[in-house]
Amino acid sequence: MKFVTAIIRPHQLDDVREALSELGVSGITVTEVKGFGRQKGHTELYRGAEYQIDFLPKVKLEIAISASILDEVIEAISDVANSGKVGDGKIFVTNLEKVVRIRTGETDQDAL
Amino acid sequence: MALMPMTVFADEINGADTAWIMTSTALVLFMTLPGLALFYGGLVRTKNILSVLMQCFAIAGIMSILWFLVGYSIAFSGDNPYFGDFSNVMLSQVSMDTPSGTIPESLFAMFQMTFAIITPALIIGGFAERMKFSAVLLFSAIWLLVVYAPITHWVWGGGWLGNVLDYAGGTVVHITAGVAALVAAIVVGPRNGFPSKPMPPHNMTMTISGAAMLWVGWFGFNGGSALAAGGDAAMAILVTHISAAAGAMTWMFYEWIKYGKPTALGTVTGMVAGLGTITPASGFVGPAGALVIGIVAGIVCFNAVIVIKQKLIIDDSLDVFPVHGIGGMIGTLMVGIFASKELGIFSGQGGWDRESIIIADQLQIQFTGIVATVVYTAIATYVILKVVNVITGLRVTDEEEQQGLDIVSHEERGYDI
Repeated sequence: MKFVTAIIRPHQLDDVREALSELGVSGITVTEVKGFGRQKGHTELYRGAEYQIDFLPKVKLEIAISASILDEVIEAISDVANSGKVGDGKIFVTNLEKVVRIRTGETDQDAL
Repeated sequence: MALMPMTVFADEINGADTAWIMTSTALVLFMTLPGLALFYGGLVRTKNILSVLMQCFAIAGIMSILWFLVGYSIAFSGDNPYFGDFSNVMLSQVSMDTPSGTIPESLFAMFQMTFAIITPALIIGGFAERMKFSAVLLFSAIWLLVVYAPITHWVWGGGWLGNVLDYAGGTVVHITAGVAALVAAIVVGPRNGFPSKPMPPHNMTMTISGAAMLWVGWFGFNGGSALAAGGDAAMAILVTHISAAAGAMTWMFYEWIKYGKPTALGTVTGMVAGLGTITPASGFVGPAGALVIGIVAGIVCFNAVIVIKQKLIIDDSLDVFPVHGIGGMIGTLMVGIFASKELGIFSGQGGWDRESIIIADQLQIQFTGIVATVVYTAIATYVILKVVNVITGLRVTDEEEQQGLDIVSHEERGYDI
């Protein structure tokens, strides 16, 4: 089992969600986050004063999946969320040791 | 109001005039609560929103009571050219039927009370996000009685500046508030991190909503200063509106050309500049004059903001001086020109009692009024702040400032989301 964390542009969330659903991913956790990478921040202008805003709004997806569909999931996210410009985000993959569905007590593959 | 004669025998109380000034009184209160409170509130950071709203409300309460107790008497009683007397303390001379011109004096005192509320409330923009609440209250209370009420007496209450053309408060309201905010910003000192750390507005939607309320409320501010419902009031509203529109659009295009983007904050700031600048001129100039006044307000106030914040590095946090102080000054000067009846389409309007003016002479009078207001306000404000510093201290600690005034001063949060 793998745990995929993806940081993407906020407006691409709906497309990514749709692409993941088609792969059979049955659950996603979404968080609105702020951060910066190579895109750095942007400037804002208030009464002639330019402010450098370091942290940009992004969306973080957390997805627990079976290792067998990992490549497809990565490919789907990379395809859909790719605008070709700096600031498209990143995908992090970690090993997932255990999963429990709270209601039934099912574990691991059964709980995904 | 500048020519509101204290000596003229009262006419009968007129229903139409009374109705309009009651409406205007409500409009001017609406400018502070919630107009100015929201306008300022959106401009500060999330952790200080409540402190700004709270200061506006508390100032409205304290100034109202002080105005009733003694402020109105200092401003509008007695023959002394510099300071009124105490003959009308607690409005002792005002009963239900006492007239003031064609309206009840109770209404005149109440209308003026709303001006006495908004002027100290304007000042809080200068020291926002760092001043102790107790210090804000003490400062505002003393300032009302030592600065606002006497200057009101000079200009409108039969004092020595009665010849200054100031229809609705260019000197009395905007210059005093602007200068006091600048002095307070210097004496209290900048916010920690200014100017290197960005402190952008936390809620532009709130700021723009508040600004829109100011525009509407200003019809009562300037139109009500006619103290009657007639051509004077109507012309005052027309010129007020034209200047606001011109100020907003001038600032917007100026910014668009200079920085590449027209901003919402710039547009509403230009609108406030246009409104503040037309205030002294509103009952004296015509709409073409108002167009010029609004455009000049947009250009001059825009540059004044940059000079104060970026060149002089003074943390007049919400730009009170460059918008209200400078706007009040250039408006008070320009009324000396555009009140003239010999400028063709740009001629003055209004039923005031001087057929025409000699521009050069009037400009001298206006200039004297501005200098007197600036110098007295600056010195008195400085002394008051020093006194308050001894009694309560002016600033919260660095740690408290970091935490935010909402929690530190009021143990509440503006937002729970």
